[in-house]
Amino acid sequence: MFGDYSLGDLGSIFVMQGFAGLILFSVYVLMALGLAIIFGQMGVINMAHGEFMILGAYVTWMTSNLFQTYLPSLFSGYFFLAMILAFVASGALGMLVEWVLIRHLYKRPLDTLLATWGLSLMLQQAYRSVFGAREVGVELPQWMLGSLHITDSIEVPINGVFVMCLTVLITVGVAYVMYKSRWGRQVRAVVQNRIMAGAVGINTEKVDRYTFGLGCGIAGVAGSAFTMIGSTGPTSGQLYIVDTFLVVVFGGAASLLGTIASAFSISQTQSTLEFFMSGSMAKVLTLLAVVGILMLRPQGLFALKVRK
Amino acid sequence: MIISSRFFNRSELIGFIALAAVLFVILPLSLDVFRLNLVAKYLTYAFVAIGLVLCWGYGGILSLGQGVFFGLGGYCMAMFLKLEASSIENTKIQSTPGIPDFMDWNQVTSLPLFWQPFHSLSLTILAIILVPGLFALIIGTAMFKRRVGGTYFAIITQAVAAILTILIVGQQGYTGGINGMTDLRTLKGWDIRPDHAKVILYFVEVVLLFVCIGIAQFIRLTKLGRILVAMREQEDRVRFSGYSVANFKIFAFCMAAVFAAIGGAMFALNVGFMSPSFVGIVPSIEMVIYTAVGGRMSIFGAVWGAILVNFAKTSLSESFPQLWLFGLGALFIAVVLAFPNGLSGLWADYAQPRIDRLFASRKSKAGWNDSSVADGAPAE
Repeated sequence: MFGDYSLGDLGSIFVMQGFAGLILFSVYVLMALGLAIIFGQMGVINMAHGEFMILGAYVTWMTSNLFQTYLPSLFSGYFFLAMILAFVASGALGMLVEWVLIRHLYKRPLDTLLATWGLSLMLQQAYRSVFGAREVGVELPQWMLGSLHITDSIEVPINGVFVMCLTVLITVGVAYVMYKSRWGRQVRAVVQNRIMAGAVGINTEKVDRYTFGLGCGIAGVAGSAFTMIGSTGPTSGQLYIVDTFLVVVFGGAASLLGTIASAFSISQTQSTLEFFMSGSMAKVLTLLAVVGILMLRPQGLFALKVRK
Repeated sequence: MIISSRFFNRSELIGFIALAAVLFVILPLSLDVFRLNLVAKYLTYAFVAIGLVLCWGYGGILSLGQGVFFGLGGYCMAMFLKLEASSIENTKIQSTPGIPDFMDWNQVTSLPLFWQPFHSLSLTILAIILVPGLFALIIGTAMFKRRVGGTYFAIITQAVAAILTILIVGQQGYTGGINGMTDLRTLKGWDIRPDHAKVILYFVEVVLLFVCIGIAQFIRLTKLGRILVAMREQEDRVRFSGYSVANFKIFAFCMAAVFAAIGGAMFALNVGFMSPSFVGIVPSIEMVIYTAVGGRMSIFGAVWGAILVNFAKTSLSESFPQLWLFGLGALFIAVVLAFPNGLSGLWADYAQPRIDRLFASRKSKAGWNDSSVADGAPAE
């Protein structure tokens, strides 16, 4: 297997494979962050998370089309506006869903699973009716095409680097909001003890709604970033939902650090294995390993020590 | 009505008779063979739904991986049928005669070892029960002994469904890949494709379904069923009373797996093929909705749920393909928000009291000493 390559080639292959893993890692982190907030903090299983992501992707696609038609001179910067719009759209839909559906089900987590699955089916069909069944791809601005040549044999695509930087920024932002801001403290207080938090004057219903909205909004941004590296169709969201849940559960549902660590280990395992065997077998082995470890450590890698 | 107080209470007896009448008499007389075969396909999901009543409704364990067991059962049956369809004479144009056609296309030159047992029908039937049962035992033991439950269990079973689908699709040479196993022809030399065979298979399936209903009802009525309900409500209290909670959960999960596998095997026989599209996450969740619509606490409800949802699916997606997903989605939401106990819950809340009142007033007029109503009131 290695006989045909020189040592230098092997080194660059591993670097590039590692980099592919890092891009996968960014995607996982972006998708899992929103879910970690919704599932980890609120205990709601949101099976429609992928569809919120796809909404962000469609918003980005529409924005890019608008810029192409009406503001071609500003096209190179459309992405920043698209991201904000994606956040707003997905977040608003999330808050609406929380108000209509989720708030009735806080005591019944398994039922949120069924209800949000129904929601995801309806959203998929809505996308199909509005945008058509085929996949859409966003045209990238000029500066995002091409790749950086680090050495002669190592080159990394610019859009990948961009998505990675974006991931870092958003992760830091979420960590700041959750752990440093007043609002984040309220969220964590509600999670730890809803009744007591209500008693000290926190409007728990409002906190729930905004938390759910924030999680969905981040999913929208993830979808927006996702258009940079792949195309989007009505059912794309469903492809990732299991992976995303595994990332969150594997990391320990309530821990942001755990989510990042588990996204990193899963994506690196997957991309390293992909070098040795077919993509599908790599995926099977990765998932098996995750499920196996979860059986040994049901609370995930970074479980918070809480009294039950 | 002595039997009513022992095995079925009165409303269940009515449900039993109604279901038996519909499945054994009304549908075979009123439907053509094509439609009857469709009903047979729906009923394969009823097996899964009955298993879910035991494991989800009574045990409180939501498994999102029933497609796995349905698929394992179906694939075991399909492997037997496929081997029979790939006899030396049938496959003499292949470069290696005597192996299934997809193996030949994928440059597999000899029958893999795990295919060998499926030359024998009795070993196949054993495998249909044992393979999913053992698989469920392993998963169940690993999870429940470590007290993993609820949402975590649901997500992990979902991951298992994803793994199995990717594996089947990826290992094309051994499993037929995304196309699955097609062109299944005979069972022990008996052609399963013509109309009269379809009718016979339908009746075999209905009989099997009633056997499964009987087993599930038996489990429900014994102490085991009571412990399952107690466990769902107050798991710790049952544990502190000295019961091994994990073992009861494992049992319920394995029973559900075996029921699903029987359904899968009948599916392969009735429909004539098996493919990974009945194994993955989406079909697994749809199987849960059959149970939820019918009523997660009612065995008969689950059967009706499987029939009605699938019937709606066929008729809606035939005429309005776009509407079906909206309808199914709305059904998920409505079941959770509006009628969590499904159709059987609606029946018990609205129709049952009226019927009871009707009977009660007639009987009191006739001066009967009515004790069966007291028997008929469920303890829950």
